[in-house]
Amino acid sequence: MAEVAFWQGNKAIAMGAIAGGCTFFSGYPITPSSEIAETLAEELPKIGGRFIQMEDEIGGIAAAIGASIAGRKAMTATSGPGFSLKQENLGLAYMAEIPLVVVDIMRGGPSTGLPTRVSQQDVMQARWGTHGDHATIAYAPSSVQECFELTIAAFNASERFRQPVIILGDEVVGHTREKIVIPDAGSYQVVNRKRPAVNPDDFVPYKPDLSDDIPPMASFGDGYRWHVTGLTHDDWGFPTDEPSEIETKIKRLVRKVNRFREDIVRYEVFYGEDAKVLIVSYGSVARSSLRAVREARQKGFKVGHFRPITLWPFPDEELQGLASQVDVVIVPELNCGQMLLEVERAVNGKAPVVGKSLVNGELFQPSDILSAIEEVA
Amino acid sequence: MPSKEVLDWLRVDFFPHIWCPGCGHGIIMHALLRALASLGCEKERTVIASGIGCSSRMPGYIDACTVHTTHGRSLVFATGIKLANPELTVVNVMGDGDCAAIGGNHFIHACRRNIDITAVILNNSIYGMTGGQVSPTTPIGAYATTAPYGVIDPPFDLCNLAAAAGATYVARATVAQPQLIEQYIKKGIQNKGFSVVEVMTHCHTQFGRRNKLARPIDNINRFKQVSVTKAKADAMKPEELEGKIVIGEMMDRERPEYVEQYLRLIERARGQVA
Repeated sequence: MAEVAFWQGNKAIAMGAIAGGCTFFSGYPITPSSEIAETLAEELPKIGGRFIQMEDEIGGIAAAIGASIAGRKAMTATSGPGFSLKQENLGLAYMAEIPLVVVDIMRGGPSTGLPTRVSQQDVMQARWGTHGDHATIAYAPSSVQECFELTIAAFNASERFRQPVIILGDEVVGHTREKIVIPDAGSYQVVNRKRPAVNPDDFVPYKPDLSDDIPPMASFGDGYRWHVTGLTHDDWGFPTDEPSEIETKIKRLVRKVNRFREDIVRYEVFYGEDAKVLIVSYGSVARSSLRAVREARQKGFKVGHFRPITLWPFPDEELQGLASQVDVVIVPELNCGQMLLEVERAVNGKAPVVGKSLVNGELFQPSDILSAIEEVA
Repeated sequence: MPSKEVLDWLRVDFFPHIWCPGCGHGIIMHALLRALASLGCEKERTVIASGIGCSSRMPGYIDACTVHTTHGRSLVFATGIKLANPELTVVNVMGDGDCAAIGGNHFIHACRRNIDITAVILNNSIYGMTGGQVSPTTPIGAYATTAPYGVIDPPFDLCNLAAAAGATYVARATVAQPQLIEQYIKKGIQNKGFSVVEVMTHCHTQFGRRNKLARPIDNINRFKQVSVTKAKADAMKPEELEGKIVIGEMMDRERPEYVEQYLRLIERARGQVA
């Protein structure tokens, strides 16, 4: 029998991590994500897991990567300024193909910005914040329930694809307290990284399986010896200057995710079938949008809502199908128009796309979005 | 020529190494491998972590569980590895840039926690790989590409720093004393806590040729001339110690070790659950 609780989003992320198999958390205090660390400081030791508060944000992500190399499912959590500090080592985890979950509870920026107030200004940082090419997987929960469920999904994706996966929460979702139905253990899937099937002497640590482009991963301490490096490397994990090996590695990093796009992409559509006005929004904004859409429907406007749940990969093909039947697309965002660019790319001229930006530290009121609908309808 | 036991720890397939002929880093790697071999460490249970720079290439040549991380961050990767799996022997090799500049914060906090990791500092007083820029351990008056008029800021004494920050075993040797390096690394690995072995090494290529120490042997001879044992140094005046390198064991004490404390914390947390 599933248990019902009244939790904050940040607590749901922490408990979702444990449900997804997380036994290691390292991080550094930062508003508005600290409750994730506080919850795990209390909960992880109870299951024999490890929590460590590091000396800085960089240590927070680096220790988690180290723990993952040693075989544990690991997570770190932060907010905008800390997310910036973590970018270099996020890149190391992409390059060395180390599973890891990184939570960014978005607050207003740039810089110290608005520590206690909501924004969605990190969505492009999540995609391109670290230098170099890689594929990004990022989930944007819009409820406490989703904070729990998408954290499990994030661990599963990071284990399957051997790379970091990002939870892009925001201050409102992180701090909202609401009902959550905690699924019974065993009622959801938990994915573990592929282990090598060969004996240690035959182990080629970065030789991918042809079926999925992903190399099986050994852990330090389980009998395999291998080399981890942030340098571009060959199948043995050793630095290479050979152009063909470099090309193979970097292309594979992108392809191993892109070829399974259909398995990863998540989105949700409300009132799509006859919509003439389409709202596209995500995270906490989607909640204001949905209310506005319902009110507009009551007033007779044919309005629908498209909510990307994975911001990366962006559900572009799915959005394009819907956009071809509508007269206009509205994109309310708590930034100056970041995912707007993705929506425009996906809609590809099939309908005009109107951005609606709010960067004053507050969440859209449903009435803000309703008036945007009334302006264009 | 290394012994068979030492050769067994090398990934000779990946030679030649990238270090310049005459570099001191090989002396330190050899001492580390002799220490690991003589302690009977298992390659599958030994982790060698490194940061960035010439020193950081060492793990690539060692046939163990090796991780080459980002600049200055190897100690925090190592901290995660050790806490995740306390059964592993974790050795961290880093340069003076890793340890004393970009990773200085991690260094003092690893000392403070007294986590069971052995940090070997390959201190050549210069950024060698990037072309001879000044480091936080370059002596006053020395020349570097970013100190063309001579260094004006004083260098760190990394052993004093480590001891003050809480490391439980702290020792220093130079590459002119390879037996001492091996002995100190062995004691460091045996110490249940954070151990720091600072090895003064040379970069004749980038430091030496700008500072009248262009040949490797000039550097070795200098290390022999300026090395003073701790016992002697304790009886010397500060002005007599100018320009000297104090070698020996600077600290050897017991303090609670971090991972052991954490495992006890787990027992307490579980006790509350029951």
